[in-house]
Amino acid sequence: MDIIVCIKQVPDSYDISWDKSTGSLSRQSTGAILNPIDKNTLEAALTLREERGGFITAISMGPDQAEEVLREALGMGIDKAILLSDKVFAGADTLATSYALSCAIKKINRFDMVICGKESYDGVTGHVGPQLAEFLDLPQLTNSTEIAVKKNKVLVKQKIEDGYRLLEASFPVLITVGKNINQPRIPSMEDIMDAYREKMIDIWRGEDLNSNTEGFGLNGSPTKSQSVYVKKLEKGSAEILKGEPDVTAKRLVEILKEKGLL
Amino acid sequence: MPENTEKFGGLWVIIEQRHGKVVKVSLELLGEARALADTARSNVTAFLIGEDVAAIAEELIWQGADRVIIAEHTICRYYRTEVYTDIICAQAKKDKPEIILFGATCMGRDLAPRVSARLKTGCMSDCTKLAIDSGHLVATKPFFGRDLMTDIVCPVKRPQIATIRPGVIELTDPNRSRKGETLSYDIRLREDDIKVKVAGILNERSNNLPLEQAEKVVAGGMGVGSKEGFEMLKELAGLLGAELGATNLPVDEGWVSEEFKIGQTGKTIRPKLYIGCGVSGAIQHSAGMIGSEFIVAINKDPNADIFKLADYGILGDVNEVIPAIIKELRRQKGLA
Ligand SMILES: Cc1cc2nc3c(=O)[nH]c(=O)nc-3n(C[C@H](O)[C@H](O)[C@H](O)COP(=O)(O)OP(=O)(O)OC[C@H]3O[C@@H](n4cnc5c(N)ncnc54)[C@H](O)[C@@H]3O)c2cc1C
Ligand SMILES: Cc1cc2nc3c(=O)[nH]c(=O)nc-3n(C[C@H](O)[C@H](O)[C@H](O)COP(=O)(O)OP(=O)(O)OC[C@H]3O[C@@H](n4cnc5c(N)ncnc54)[C@H](O)[C@@H]3O)c2cc1C
Repeated sequence: MDIIVCIKQVPDSYDISWDKSTGSLSRQSTGAILNPIDKNTLEAALTLREERGGFITAISMGPDQAEEVLREALGMGIDKAILLSDKVFAGADTLATSYALSCAIKKINRFDMVICGKESYDGVTGHVGPQLAEFLDLPQLTNSTEIAVKKNKVLVKQKIEDGYRLLEASFPVLITVGKNINQPRIPSMEDIMDAYREKMIDIWRGEDLNSNTEGFGLNGSPTKSQSVYVKKLEKGSAEILKGEPDVTAKRLVEILKEKGLL
Repeated sequence: MPENTEKFGGLWVIIEQRHGKVVKVSLELLGEARALADTARSNVTAFLIGEDVAAIAEELIWQGADRVIIAEHTICRYYRTEVYTDIICAQAKKDKPEIILFGATCMGRDLAPRVSARLKTGCMSDCTKLAIDSGHLVATKPFFGRDLMTDIVCPVKRPQIATIRPGVIELTDPNRSRKGETLSYDIRLREDDIKVKVAGILNERSNNLPLEQAEKVVAGGMGVGSKEGFEMLKELAGLLGAELGATNLPVDEGWVSEEFKIGQTGKTIRPKLYIGCGVSGAIQHSAGMIGSEFIVAINKDPNADIFKLADYGILGDVNEVIPAIIKELRRQKGLA
C-alpha cells in the first residue's frame, strides 16, 4: 500500500510576526518543531506499512528549514521525503496550502492513501485534510482514532461529539488522524544521524509542480489576516480571600448561596 | 484576483440536526445571521438537510430565517461529507450567497473546508465573533499564543465561509410570529455513487449534560496534581450539580479525557458558575470560559492570571480548600 503523509513544521514558541503590508503571518525561524499530531500521522502510516507492506512518502510545504521535520520523518522510517519550498508558496492560507499539496500529490500520482493530521498546532484550522481531499477528488475520513484495512476497504473510527462513527470507504482515500490514535515511535539518535547523512530530500519548486503558479502562496490565498491585537480578558473585581481553608470554604459557600448558585 | 462580489447576496446558515432536533449552535447562528442581515439589509436562509426534517423548518424561521431550503432524503439519514457538499454547492452555485456560516462542530469542521475548496473560496475557522465592515465579513479568532486575537477577512472571493464556535454567541429568543418561506431541494444523488458508508454509530451515553450546556462547571488545571485529584473535583461537582471541565494539560496527562477540555482547542462554555481549581488562567483556556457569569478561582499563587478574571478568589492549596468546601456542602445538605 502506497501512502502519502503530509507533515507541517510549526513554531514551538510564540515567535510569530505579522506582515502588515501583505496581511500574512510569518514565523520566526527559531524554535520550529514537527507539528505534534503529525508524529501520530507518521506513526499511522508506519503501522499500516508494517501490516501490509508498501511505500511511504512524506511531503512538507515550508521554508528550507522545514527540511528538519522531513529528516525526523526519515529517522522514524519513512521511505521518501519531498519538500515544497519556493518563494511562490509563501504566505499561503489553507486553500493555497492544500492546492500546492494537491499538485505535488498529483505529480507523485501513485498512492492508495493520503494521511494528514486533524489540525496543526499553530493555525489549528483543520482545513488542509478536507480541502486536499476535494482537490484530489477523494473521500475524506476525518478525526480518525483507529484505522483498519480489510481487503480493499478501509474502516475508521471517527470521533464525534457524543461518541464515534464507523466509516467505510474504498481506496484511494484521505484520512485525518486525531491525537489518541497511537503512540508515536521515537527514532534513535543513530536513525536520525542516518537520516541526515545518508538520505536525500527532494526539493520541488513551484514550476516543478507543472501548474499555474497563480494558485500558490499569497496570490492563491482568498483569506487575509487584517489585524492582530491584544485582547485583555479581564473582569478584575475579584475579592481574594486568604486564610484557613475552613474559613474561606465557608465564605465561598455563603456567597454561592446568596447568588442563588447552590 | 479580480473583484467579483456584486452578484452575490444573502446569508446562509447550514443547519445541523440530530434525530430531528436542531443542534444549539445552529440556532445561535441564525440569531447572529439575522442581526448581520438587518445591518447589511440582506436576508437569511437556513439550509436544512436530513431525513424527515421538514417539521423543524418553523423553528428556524422563528429563530431568524427568511427562508428555509429543505433537502430531505434517506440518503441524508447520517451526515456524510460528500452528500452534504454536493447539495450545498449545487445550490450555492445557483443562488450565490455572500456568506455561508457553519457551527464549528465535528460536522462543520469536516464540511466547511470541503465546501470552500469546491467553491474555490476562503474559509475562516473557529471564529469567536463576526461583524460586517464595508461589505466584508470580519471573523475574529484567537491568535496562536499570547493574549492575541486576529481578524480574518476574505476580501475578494465569494461566498465568504466561516465556522463559529458553539457557545460564543448568545442565543436569542424565538419570535413565534415571524413568517418565512420554505422550499424544497430536489436530491438526485444515488446511494451507489456515494463513496463513504456509515457502518455504525457508537454513542457514548452519559447522563451528563454536554459541557457547553452546563449551568455550572468545576474545572481543574495542573494544580489539581493527579487523576485522584480529579476524583475530588468530581465529588465537588456532584455536590454542586455541576459538570467537570479541565485545561488542556490534565487532558494531555491522561487524567481526564478530551471531552472535558475548555478553551481555544476545547469547548466554549458560558455557565452561571465556573470554579477554576489549580488553573493558571492562560488565554487559551480563558478564551473558552470568559463568558461565565460568576467566576471563582482557587489557586496558591497570588499572581496567577486567573485572579484577574475572577469575581471571587481563594488563595490556597486545592488539596486543602476543596476538601473544606466539600465538607461544608455536605454539612449543609445534612450528609455528614
Ligand atoms: C492563528 C492563525 C489563524 C489562521 N486562520 C486561518 C483561517 O481561518 N483560514 C485560513 O485559510 N488560513 C488560516 N491561517 C493560515 C493557515 O494556518 C496556514 O495556511 C497553514 O499553512 C495551513 O493551515 P493550518 O496550519 O491551519 O493546518 P491544518 O489544516 O490545521 O493542518 C492539518 C494537517 O494538514 C497538513 N498540513 C498543514 N499544513 C501543511 C504544510 N505546510 N505542509 C504539509 N502538510 C501540511 C498536516 O498533516 C497537518 O497535520 C491561520 C494561521 C494562523 C497562525
Ligand atoms: C495553540 C494552543 C492552544 C491551546 N489550547 C488550549 C485549550 O483549548 N485549553 C486550555 O486549557 N489550554 C490550551 N492551551 C494551553 C494553555 O496555553 C496553558 O498551557 C494551559 O491552559 C495551562 O493549564 P493549567 O492552568 O492547568 O496549568 P498551569 O499553567 O501549569 O497552571 C497551574 C496552576 O495551578 C496552580 N497550582 C499548582 N498547584 C496548586 C495547588 N496545590 N493548589 C492550588 N493551586 C495550585 C499554579 O499556581 C498555577 O497557577 C493551548 C496552548 C496553545 C499553544
